[in-house]
Amino acid sequence: MELAMKPEQMKKKFFTPWVIALTLIAINGLIFLAIRFFWGIGAVTNLSNEHPWGIWIGIDVAAGVALAAGGFTTAALGHIMHRDKYEAVIRPALLTAMLGYTFVAVSVAVDLGRYYSIWHPLIYWNGNSALFEVGMCVMIYVTVLYIEFLPIVTERFIGRVNLPGVLSRLNGTIDKILRALDRGLNKTMFIFIIAGVVLSCLHQSSLGTLMIIAGPKMHPLWQTPVLPLLFLLSAFSVGFPMVIMESITASKSFGLKPETHILSKLGSMVGPLLGIYLAFKLGDMFIRETFVYLTELTTESVMFSIEILLGVVIPLRMFLSNEVRKSPTGLYIASVLVIFGVLLNRINNFLVAYTPPYETASYFPSIGEISVTLGFVCMEILLYRFFVKHFPIISIPDKAGINKAKYSIKGA
Amino acid sequence: MNKQNRRDFLKSVTTVGITAAGLSAAAPTKLNAAPENVLSEDRMGVLVDTTVCIGCRKCEWACKESHGMHAGDIEDYDEKGIFNSRRRPDHTGHTVVNEYENDKNRSLPIYLKVQCMHCDRPACVSACIVGAFSKKESGAVIWDDSKCIGCRYCMVACPFQIPAFDYHKALEPDIHKCDFCFDRTKNGKLPACVEICPVETLTYGKRSDLIQVARNKIKNYPDRYLDHIFGETEVGGTSWLYLASKEFEKLDFPKLGKNPAPGVSESIQHGIFAYFIPPIALYALLGGIMWISKNRDKSEGEAH
Ligand code: SF4
Ligand code: SF4
Ligand code: SF4
Repeated sequence: MELAMKPEQMKKKFFTPWVIALTLIAINGLIFLAIRFFWGIGAVTNLSNEHPWGIWIGIDVAAGVALAAGGFTTAALGHIMHRDKYEAVIRPALLTAMLGYTFVAVSVAVDLGRYYSIWHPLIYWNGNSALFEVGMCVMIYVTVLYIEFLPIVTERFIGRVNLPGVLSRLNGTIDKILRALDRGLNKTMFIFIIAGVVLSCLHQSSLGTLMIIAGPKMHPLWQTPVLPLLFLLSAFSVGFPMVIMESITASKSFGLKPETHILSKLGSMVGPLLGIYLAFKLGDMFIRETFVYLTELTTESVMFSIEILLGVVIPLRMFLSNEVRKSPTGLYIASVLVIFGVLLNRINNFLVAYTPPYETASYFPSIGEISVTLGFVCMEILLYRFFVKHFPIISIPDKAGINKAKYSIKGA
Repeated sequence: MNKQNRRDFLKSVTTVGITAAGLSAAAPTKLNAAPENVLSEDRMGVLVDTTVCIGCRKCEWACKESHGMHAGDIEDYDEKGIFNSRRRPDHTGHTVVNEYENDKNRSLPIYLKVQCMHCDRPACVSACIVGAFSKKESGAVIWDDSKCIGCRYCMVACPFQIPAFDYHKALEPDIHKCDFCFDRTKNGKLPACVEICPVETLTYGKRSDLIQVARNKIKNYPDRYLDHIFGETEVGGTSWLYLASKEFEKLDFPKLGKNPAPGVSESIQHGIFAYFIPPIALYALLGGIMWISKNRDKSEGEAH
């Protein structure tokens, strides 16, 4: 029998040279953010009336949402289809989704001209707007993710509440509250888990609907009425590669053995998912006969080809190979390619494909925009590291081989 | 899953179901409370006869003057050097006049006034996340300062690249665009640009009448006009209409079909959200799968 896995707090020290480098990049991003808030969006970005959206939307929001798809895909697999053996990857994926979506929300706020009015969609509704739907779904989904994370918090602190000084008198009460919370969550968690998957399907696809209204401003290679479906399918196929990539990276970073047997099983599902995505993508291209644009050498045709070949076809071939799926290196490279493909797809859809009718200059992100985007990525990684050190997230083989039950699915 | 748990599960599923049904009953009415978007039979419009315009740019001045923007001295607008580059409406002015070469008579350039087209099926109204845009009975498409959150999706959506944003304001950046002089016309006044135009390039009237006027002009002066009223059918029709002697594409008009800009995205949105049935069905489906796979595991466990 395989050794049971149990999530534990990571014990390695927080600061390493890498972590310091990440911190510096994060601080650099914060400086540019400060400029944005004091002098307006125009002070740090290359955005204009021609190009109203840049990488803060194309990468931080659109790609951010797609790359956080590991959360709902593993939840669907582990909780809804009840495949126990994947439990070890659910918590890391949940954490990534929670952090990812938090940063999506923060990025939206940063990009909003009137960030302090970010709550307006709650009271001013426009059901015709794809953006309204994305906004509402993301808002609710972030909440759901926090709720899904709560059991990990209660598990961490039940019986271990230890406030200093005068506050120590509250320890007992807090412990009781946590226990009550844990019981309540236990009974109701499945509601949130299913809701999380439904909400994800909704907004992952609606993100694709977003650019449809731009009509002829968007290059025909990407502009298609099936965009929502393509976005959903690509989100499905990037979920597990994200989990695989993170899991291998985390194992390296914390000196653990990669969980190759779980990861290669996850990997075996990526091939079919990517295949379906590719089929729809190519089918759409042939039905709309947009392949004619590939015969010209333009930025668009080159970017499209890279996206398809490097981001879909090659990793698809890799994931279908038994050898690749058995080796951590192969899995890692194939996963990174899928992630790259989806990232590039979102950039292409939101930025490369977009050509306004009165364009005087094409858009390229400014130093400030790039700094903020990189800064957010670094902050996310740092927070991830913080959380896995302080909460039981990453599973390691349970030497004692007992108490497999403790973290069995909440709410089941 | 023991008996107790199973009963809880069923109870909760039912509760969720009932809540969802309640939501779906309540939601459509709310969702349809989307921004005001009326397409009145009597909506007004402006016919721009570009063959008449002399490029005096007085409309630019009047527009700024009537909207509390810095307008400066009206004499300064005679300056012809400004035509060396093509300008776009922005936060400093809601309308601009650009110059184009006249192939028929080089000494008489073509001047083209640009502003919001006040689409009949406006993309900006459909797109705005908070419904800050609305299409009024008068035909005007206007923006509501109190709702806007500055997401700039309206700019992404507009096929004419009209809405402009205050990129250099840290607080209360506005979306700028021609409001068809909503406040003036409400009080029976003409739009400021129409009123000031010295040569009657701009005709303000009921859109349906303007189309008749334009058709007659084309019929009576076939040499003077192209047989095309820009805005009659483009993106489902616009309140502002243009006549010209030169192909509209050469005057930098975008090439647009007859379908309203928001058509496809709205039908997708409504398809996904038809009375919330698809999401609820998905919820029920996933709930079912979850329940079945649990029980399957359970019975497998017992068999061991
Ligand atoms: S031209 Fe643009 S801003 Fe004006 S009504 Fe049409 S979509 Fe809206
Ligand atoms: S910028 Fe303002 S008006 Fe434009 S879509 Fe966003 S909220 Fe609406
Ligand atoms: S209708 Fe009013 S707001 Fe629009 S261009 Fe004319 S003066 Fe300016």
